[in-house]
Amino acid sequence: MTSLLLFGATEGGLFDFDATLPLMALQVVLLTFILNSLFFRPVGRVVEERESYVTLTRSEAKRKLEEVKSLEDDLKHQLKSARQAAQKLISDAEQDSDKLYREALTLATNEANALREKARKDIDSQRDNAFDQLRADAEKLGDLIVDRLLAAK
Amino acid sequence: MGFMPFVFPFAELEVGQHLYWQLGNLRLHGQVFLTSWIVIGALLALVVVGTRKMERDPRGVQNLLEFLWDYIRDLARTQIGEKAYRDWMPFIGTLFLFIFVSNWGGALVPWRLIHLPSGELGAPTADINTTVALALLVSLSYFYAGLSRKGLRYFEYYVHPTPIMLPFKIVEDFTKPLSLSFRLFGNILADELVVAVLVFLVPLVLPVPVMFLGLFTSAIQALIFATLAAYYIGEAVEEHH
Repeated sequence: MTSLLLFGATEGGLFDFDATLPLMALQVVLLTFILNSLFFRPVGRVVEERESYVTLTRSEAKRKLEEVKSLEDDLKHQLKSARQAAQKLISDAEQDSDKLYREALTLATNEANALREKARKDIDSQRDNAFDQLRADAEKLGDLIVDRLLAAK
Repeated sequence: MGFMPFVFPFAELEVGQHLYWQLGNLRLHGQVFLTSWIVIGALLALVVVGTRKMERDPRGVQNLLEFLWDYIRDLARTQIGEKAYRDWMPFIGTLFLFIFVSNWGGALVPWRLIHLPSGELGAPTADINTTVALALLVSLSYFYAGLSRKGLRYFEYYVHPTPIMLPFKIVEDFTKPLSLSFRLFGNILADELVVAVLVFLVPLVLPVPVMFLGLFTSAIQALIFATLAAYYIGEAVEEHH
């Protein structure tokens, strides 16, 4: 039966063209339009939206990164200048205190020196007075002794 | 009308038999339409399920659909070019999906279990009517693509680098659909026949690698058909300078 259909029959066979061909073509064209509206366009829209979203987010992130970098540089700069200012302040204060210390020291030394000088002068004058007194006393005593000796003779 | 170089002596193997439907005075191959409707239904179901709730972070079937979309876009873009591929992507994609699902459906679904009064169910692409229909659509498309984009300048293509090419290019217009349709038809039918014969001769184990080979061939044929269709359209819309 099969072979009969394959070879001799007026219908059937592998190369049996009929209205299947145009109807199938029509069907495929319809399928193209249906798939276009149900599949290609919506999916394309979603994919392209995502692509633009990704590009946008990426450029945004890049911009933010740049911003962060410039901020970081700025802060580093600020930190550096602040550190320098602090350093300067510290050294100024050190110099100030050093100067004050020296001033106070010289003042105190001078004062001490003056006091010592005055004390020495006092001592000197008192000693001189005492010497004078002693000398006067000794002279008086000598005179007395001489007088007594002379009187005794 | 029918013609085969040799005859299979197996009653189970029905080659060239069709389930005829009469529509007015038109005769149709019913089994082809039945399976093609199943194929189209499966495709539409997949598409409807996958696009029902699409999100920016794809989930489930949407992933598969986006993968397919991306694959088809790459195919269309590389063959047709950046300028015109958007117009033709749905057509190329439909060809690819329809042929691919038809081929795999024919190879994977045990159609044999469903008995028809005459003929048997199988891949729609194993019927010459289907493949010729697809190939003629491709021919029409590339003519339309070329004419709509370049007007009558399209025919410069026939004398493009030299007028000596004219006869060859004219012959090409006939060989393109011929080779497209026969390549697909031959591969899919041959695959079905080889599997059927092997199953008949050695029902165990041996047909399995051939079935895998058939799946591979089926996928490759869908890709080849879509790629060539896109290439022909690309050739027609390409600008020569």
